[in-house]
Amino acid sequence: MTRAPSNAPRILDAGEAALVVEFGTAVDPAISDRVLALDDALTADRPDGIAETVPTYRSLMIHYDPLVLDRDALAGHVLALAGGAPARATAPACWLLPCCYEAPHGEDLAAVAALIGQSPERTAAIHAGATYRVYMYGFAPGFAYCGGLPEILAVPRRPSPRPPHPTNAVMVGGGLAAVATVPMPTGWYVLGATPCRLYAPERKDSFFVRPGDAIRFEAVDAATFAGLAEREAAGERVARRQEGAR
Amino acid sequence: MSVLAIEAAGPGVTLQDGGRRGYLRFGITAAGPMDPLMFATANRAVGNPVGATAVEVSTGGLTVSAPEGPLGLALVSAGFRATLGDEALPTACAFTLEPGRTLTVRAGSSGAWGYLAVAGRIAVAPVLGSTATHTRSALGGLGGRGLKAGDRLPVADLRQGEGAAQRLLAPWLDRDPTRIRVLLGPQDDYFAPDQIAAFLAGPWTVSPRGDRMACFLDGTPLSHRKGHDIVSDGVAMGAIQVPGNGLPIVLMADRQSTGGYPKIATVIGPDLGRLAQVQGGGRIAFSKVSVAEAVAARRAEAEALRGEVPREPLLRTDFPAEFLLGLNLVGGVTDGGDAPHRHGERSEAIQGAAAS
Repeated sequence: MTRAPSNAPRILDAGEAALVVEFGTAVDPAISDRVLALDDALTADRPDGIAETVPTYRSLMIHYDPLVLDRDALAGHVLALAGGAPARATAPACWLLPCCYEAPHGEDLAAVAALIGQSPERTAAIHAGATYRVYMYGFAPGFAYCGGLPEILAVPRRPSPRPPHPTNAVMVGGGLAAVATVPMPTGWYVLGATPCRLYAPERKDSFFVRPGDAIRFEAVDAATFAGLAEREAAGERVARRQEGAR
Repeated sequence: MSVLAIEAAGPGVTLQDGGRRGYLRFGITAAGPMDPLMFATANRAVGNPVGATAVEVSTGGLTVSAPEGPLGLALVSAGFRATLGDEALPTACAFTLEPGRTLTVRAGSSGAWGYLAVAGRIAVAPVLGSTATHTRSALGGLGGRGLKAGDRLPVADLRQGEGAAQRLLAPWLDRDPTRIRVLLGPQDDYFAPDQIAAFLAGPWTVSPRGDRMACFLDGTPLSHRKGHDIVSDGVAMGAIQVPGNGLPIVLMADRQSTGGYPKIATVIGPDLGRLAQVQGGGRIAFSKVSVAEAVAARRAEAEALRGEVPREPLLRTDFPAEFLLGLNLVGGVTDGGDAPHRHGERSEAIQGAAAS
C-alpha cells in the first residue's frame, strides 16, 4: 500500500520506552480518527513488548519495553499500519447521559450564562442540544475531554482554578466540554452533573465510554437525578447506549 | 499470616508496586516507585519479584514493628539513617525484624526515597490490577492514602528472613546524582538551538517543592520558539515540560497521563531514580544521549537485577571504647594519616577477635 509522505505521521521519541505517533497538532475529528484507527490496528496486530497505548487528540503514545521490542522495528510497524485508510475495528458508540443542570448541580451555570449573554435555561438547552465526541481521557481518572461544543459556549477557562468540582461534573472551558468523574480543583465551569460514573473501579466494566464514542446529554430534574444516582450507586449503569446513532 | 505494623509514618510514605498498567488511556496514573531501580533492588534482596508491593519511605520517615512474628526485611536507601532497636543499619541491608523490636528510618543528608521490602507478599487488594498508591486520585495502597501510625499490613506467603543483619552490596546504586541523561523530545522543535544548548548546559537546582508528581527545577528560564501551549498529548515518566515561565518540570511517577506543555526532553528510564533522589537545593545537569545508549543503560540495569543481590555480614561498629582499648588498636586509630587503610586492618582484627 502506498502512502502520501505528507500524510505519514511523525514518529517522536518520548524517552527510550515510549514513542509518540503524531498525526497533527490540532483538535480535529479527522486527526482523531487516524489516531484511534492506529490504536485499533495495534490492538489487533500487537508486537510483543508493547505495554500500553494512549490515544490523545492528535497522537498515539505507545509505551514499550525496548529490551523486547526494537525502536526502529516498532516505528516501521507503526508506519505500515498508519499507511492505510483510517478504519475503526468497531463502530463508535453513542451514549445518552442524564444531566441535571438545576441547583445544586449546575454550580457555574449562571456564571457561564452571564458570560455568553443568555439565560441559564437557554444555556443549559444549548449544551444539551449538541452531540459531543470523546477525544481522550487525561488529567484525572475518568476525565473525558470532549469536542463538539457549540461555538456560543466556547468560553475561555477561568483565570484561576475554582475549588474541586462535584463528582461526575459536566463542564465547559477553553472551547471544549468535559465529563469529570473525580472531584479536582479545575479551571473549567460546572454546568451540571450526571449520575453516570464514567470511571467506577469496582464495577466490572470500570470504563464504558471509549475515546471516539459520542455523548449526548438528556436534561433531568433534581428529583430524577437523585433517583438515578441511587441506582448508579447500587451498581447499575444508568447511561443508555443509543443504537445506530452514528 | 503475619503483620507489618506501622508505628509512625511521615507524610508521603506509601505502598507501591511496579505501577498500574493499561489504564493510562482512561486517565489513570501509573504511580509506582519514584526510584524504580532501588525499589527493584529491595524486592530482589528478599527474593520477591521486582515489581512486588513494598513500602516507599519518604523523608518523613517511618517506624515499623512485627508484632505477630518475625519478618524478613530489606531496606534500601541512599543516605537515610536506619536503626533496628538501638543498632545502626547500613543504607542497604537485609535483616529479620523480631517481635518487640522496632525499625526506624529517618531522612539523612542525602537521598529522598527509600524502600522497605518484605520476604513475603504484602496482602492488600489491588485496584485496577495494582496496589500502587496514587493519593491524588485516592487509588491503591490502603484506601488510596499514605501509610499512618496504626496501619497493619498483612503479610502472606512468608519466607524465612536473614537472621542477623547483612549489608547488601548493590554497586549499581552508586549513581552520580548530578548527571542526568536525557533524550531530546518529543517537542524539542518548540525550542531554538540556543535554548536546547542552554537547557543542556544548566546547571539546574532541584526545588524543594517537588513531590511524587513532579520535580521542579530552578535556573535561567528557557524561552519557547512557538509558544508554550500545545494540544495535549501523552506524558511519559521523566518527560521534561517547559511551561510559560520557562522553568522545566520533570514529570515523575504520579504525573497525569496527558499534558499540554511542550516537552523539551525526557529523562532516560535508568536515570529516573537518581533524579528522584536529589534533595531540594541539589544541583543537576543534563546530558544528551541516543536511544541506543539509553537502551544499553537499561540493559545493564536489567542484568544487575537478574541474580541475587550480593551481601556480606554486618560488622559491629559501635564497640565501647574499653573493648577497643583492650584490642590495643586505639593508637592506630588516633595516628591519622592513612586512616582508611588502618580502618580496614582494625575491622579485620575486630572480626577476628569477635570470632575467637
